[in-house]
Amino acid sequence: MPADIQSPLGVYLDHLERGELVYQFSPEAGRPVFFPRVLCPFTGGDRLEWRVSAGIGTVHATTVVHPAEGAPYNVALIDCDEGFRMMSRVEEVAPDKVRIGLRVRFRVHRPGGDEPPYPVFIPVEAV
Amino acid sequence: MGGLNRGSAAIVGVAESDLGQVADGLSIIDLMAQGTKRALDDCGLSLKDVDALFSATAQSRLSVLALAEYLGINPAFLGSTIVGGSSFEYHVAHAMGAIALGLCNVAVIAYGSTQRSIGRKQASVREINPYETPFKPFMPTSAYALAASRHMHEFGTTREQLAAVAVAAREWALLNPAAWEKEPLTIEGVLSSRMVSHPLTVRDCCLVTDGGGAIVVTSAERARSLKKPPAYVLGFGQSVTHASISNMPDLTVTGALAAGEAAYKMAKLSPPDVDAVELYDAFTINTILFLEDLGFCKKGEGGAFVEGGRIGPSGRLAVNTNGGGLSYCHPGMYGLLLLIEAVRQLRGECGARQVKDCEVALAHGNGGVLSSQATIILGTEATL
Repeated sequence: MPADIQSPLGVYLDHLERGELVYQFSPEAGRPVFFPRVLCPFTGGDRLEWRVSAGIGTVHATTVVHPAEGAPYNVALIDCDEGFRMMSRVEEVAPDKVRIGLRVRFRVHRPGGDEPPYPVFIPVEAV
Repeated sequence: MGGLNRGSAAIVGVAESDLGQVADGLSIIDLMAQGTKRALDDCGLSLKDVDALFSATAQSRLSVLALAEYLGINPAFLGSTIVGGSSFEYHVAHAMGAIALGLCNVAVIAYGSTQRSIGRKQASVREINPYETPFKPFMPTSAYALAASRHMHEFGTTREQLAAVAVAAREWALLNPAAWEKEPLTIEGVLSSRMVSHPLTVRDCCLVTDGGGAIVVTSAERARSLKKPPAYVLGFGQSVTHASISNMPDLTVTGALAAGEAAYKMAKLSPPDVDAVELYDAFTINTILFLEDLGFCKKGEGGAFVEGGRIGPSGRLAVNTNGGGLSYCHPGMYGLLLLIEAVRQLRGECGARQVKDCEVALAHGNGGVLSSQATIILGTEATL
C-alpha cells in the first residue's frame, strides 16, 4: 500500500527545492518546532502546521572545521527570528570572521548530483 | 515511588583490559573477557558467581550476547543500555536496582574497543542526520567546539583556559604508568597544535586508543566478605537533554546539572564532600562545563577555576587523576574507566597519583554530544 502521507523531511525538502525554508509550528504549544517531525515535542500531539520562514536569523554559535585536506569552512548554529534553531553554514565571509550575533539571511544551496538542496546563510549586511 | 537505596550496592572488582594499541587481531570481546577475568580476580569471585552481565560498545550491536557466549554463561539478568560514553554509569544504577529486586546478585559490566587498531571510521557507524550532515561538521568535535564558542562568548572563557585543562590532565597522566601520553605538555603546546574545529586543537581532544575493562557490582552485604574494601554506590543521577547539538537547550548548561543534583541528593552529600572528581573529558570544554554544572564552581567561572594548575596534581581539587580521556586512554566510550579510577582512589591503590584521605569519589559520564549525562558518587565504608 502506498504511503498516504509525505514525510516531514519530504515536505521540508520540497519547499527548499522551491527556494523556501520551512519549519513547523505547534498551535497547542504556541511554539515553533524544528527539525520537522510527526509529533510536537512540547505537547506530544500530532497537530503541527507548516510555516515559511522569513529566512532572517542570528549566529548563535560558530566553529571553523579544518579538514585533513581542503580549505577550512564554517559550521554554525543559527537562531531564526521565528524562534527556532538550526545548523547551517555562513557563506560569503571568511569562516573565521563569522561572529556570534551576526545577522544573516537564508539562501538555498544546491550541491547538485543526487544530493538534495540545503539551507545556508549569508550576512544581511557586508562584513 | 521508590528508588535506589544509598549504599545498598558496591563496586567490588575493577580492571582495565589491555589499553592503548592492543595486539593485532584482539577483538572487542577478547578485551571485555580480559577485563572480566581481571576484575573477578580483583575481588576474589569467579565466573560461576556472575548472574548478571552488562556491556556496551560502538562496534557490536549485540555485544552482551557475544560476551555471554564467549564466557560460557547464561546470566539471569542482561543489560545493554547504550547512551554513548555514559552507558556504564547507567549500568551501575541498573545493576543496583536489579540486585535490590533480587533479580541477580553479582553483575559484571564490561567494555571493549579496538578503534585505534581498526581506525575510527571502521569502529563507529556513520549516522546521517539530514539537518546536520550536509554542513559536514567534524563529529563529535565540532559539536563541542560550538558549545565552547558559546561559553567563550558568554563568559569570556579563553583558549588558554581550555588548554589549562589539557595541561592538568597531562600532569596527572605522567603519574600514571598506564597512561598513553608520556611527555609533558604546555599551554603553548596545546594552542600551537593542529586546529581541528576552532577553538579546539588536537590537544583539546581526547585520545583515540584501544581499550576496555570491567567492573563487578554486588550487594553491600556480599561486598563486605570480599577481598578488597567495597566502593559503595552512594548516589546516582542521570539526564538526557538532546541527541544532536542543534537541539541542545542551552549550549553552556549540560544535563550534568540535573544528574549531579539527583546524585548529591541520594548520596546526602554536596560538592565540598567530594575528594576525587573523575569527569568525562572527551574535550577540554567538558571539564569546564562539568565542574560548573556539578557545583565545584559557579556557572561561567570554570575557565578561571582551572587556571594555574588548580585541577592538577598539586592543585586544590583532584580532577581526572588518571590523566583522563585527554592523556590516559580514550577508547571511544570512556565512562567505564572513570569508575575504575574512582574505585582505585577510594581504595588508596593509586601510588604517585593517590589523593590523600580519599573517602568520596565522583564519576561523571557523558554520552553523545553533551547529550546524556550520568553521575555516580562512590564512598568508602566510613561514608555509610
